[in-house]
Amino acid sequence: MSPETKPDFLISPEGLRIDGRRTDELRPIELKVGVLKQADGSASIRQGKTYIIAAVYGPRELHPRHLTLNDRAYLRVEYRMATFSVPDRKRPAPSRREKEISMVVANALKPALFLEEFPKAVVDVFVQVIQADGGTRCAAINAASLALADAGIPMRCLIPAVAVGKADGKLLVDLGDEEDKYGQGDVPMAILPTTDEITLLQQDGMFKKEELLEAMQMGINSCKYLHELQKEALRRAYVKKASENGDEDDDDEDDDFDDDMETDLGEADLMEDE
Amino acid sequence: MGDYSTETISHIDREFISDLLRKGERLDGRAFNEYRDIEVEVNVVAAKAEGSALVRLGNTTVVAGVKVLVGEPYSDSPDEGVTMVTAEMSPIASPLFELGPPKEDAIELARVVDRGVRESETVDAKKLCIAEGKKVYMVFADVYPLEYDGNLIDASSIAVNAALLTTKYPEMKVEEGKLVQTGEVLSLPLKNVAVEHTVAKIDDILILDTILKEEFVQDCRFTMAVDKNNNFTAMQKGGGSGPMSLELIDQAMDMALEASKDIHKVVDDAVKSVE
Repeated sequence: MSPETKPDFLISPEGLRIDGRRTDELRPIELKVGVLKQADGSASIRQGKTYIIAAVYGPRELHPRHLTLNDRAYLRVEYRMATFSVPDRKRPAPSRREKEISMVVANALKPALFLEEFPKAVVDVFVQVIQADGGTRCAAINAASLALADAGIPMRCLIPAVAVGKADGKLLVDLGDEEDKYGQGDVPMAILPTTDEITLLQQDGMFKKEELLEAMQMGINSCKYLHELQKEALRRAYVKKASENGDEDDDDEDDDFDDDMETDLGEADLMEDE
Repeated sequence: MGDYSTETISHIDREFISDLLRKGERLDGRAFNEYRDIEVEVNVVAAKAEGSALVRLGNTTVVAGVKVLVGEPYSDSPDEGVTMVTAEMSPIASPLFELGPPKEDAIELARVVDRGVRESETVDAKKLCIAEGKKVYMVFADVYPLEYDGNLIDASSIAVNAALLTTKYPEMKVEEGKLVQTGEVLSLPLKNVAVEHTVAKIDDILILDTILKEEFVQDCRFTMAVDKNNNFTAMQKGGGSGPMSLELIDQAMDMALEASKDIHKVVDDAVKSVE
């Protein structure tokens, strides 16, 4: 139990937010790539108190088969919140909210991926919210996009996402939990940083058209900054791997590749014997 | 509704429709910002439901019903009633809808229509309180598509609004710990009404109120709820993963603002017809 009280104000007389941020300032963000060993790709994000882990499996065989797409891989996103991630215990079964978010996250990520490279396969993205403190769908996209890159799924670019919103009449970037709950509106969005096109856009609350356009421009600017953080996180993970193993790293990878080939051949031989 | 652009559609269809759009034409001859004919009939479930409406948007038909019940408030809002909108994609409406628990697209439909009602605060939750912390009115608006030829969201939004605006329910009070009727009949305490408008993006063209064939080839759709003071109270990009530029979103918002007047009038006229 963590009882919640409504704060007296969301923007202080000095123009600062509840946690001392400026209106266009993101929360402290920590991105890590390759946090899970079992997954083909993984990443974690801490954005303020929000903590999310994303894992990617695949491309691999798709079950159930009837979901198969003949001209591309199926991108399956499963966004789930831990029961203890919110003030009250969340029911363990997937809620309608979680299903909708899974879908919009998949739609946000898809334009960046070359799914047509893997017809009939599935790319599974599992997003686990460990602690929720606002902006989880956007944080999920930030992490999932890195996990996809870590898994080596061919992609045009990473996808950064941020929630813009409104509180006490001011537009704010990267809403925290209180700002989301007690503020006047929320506009989560994600962009393709290469073209500035928008791949996720939702809104609630009350906005005039001009406000929305300004909010989206703020969102695009923040997404560009997030995109730099994502690239840096990816670089950190891979530069470290290369320097730890030195040249041997390359050899290891070749060995893996050979192993794969052998397995394939082995299976083919069996088939012929039958 | 769903991401039918990923279903098996002949490339010929896709090219035909997009060629037509480039010439400024649509399959059924409408302008890009033109809705199909809308018919709204209210009180179609007069005997059992507190409010109801049947909406025909071209060949898309939905029926919405409102039930007002008394229940306990949520612990975090003891003086507020509850409003909830659900929608199903029942197989009666289309060969594309399957039996079984609601899938992602049905959940999205319900949540998008729900957001249009709840985020615009159509019903004043504070005025739904009977006894604080004990009894509140719970308003359930449920939508059933009967015939699906595209744009279920807008049709559902019109139906839910018309049903809520014509809802009549008996006033209740708590007397000696028991719930009794006062004999008065109430209308829902309304705060702000918003209707939803959905545009589809096909290549670089935006069209309002898609028919099914257009939904099949859309890159994505973009739904906006607009109230009578030109505020946007909810938005959702869905129906495919095609990205949209800020310019196109700007253009879509103008289309919604323009169409909004007519759709609000359609709802208001239907409500007036029974007053």
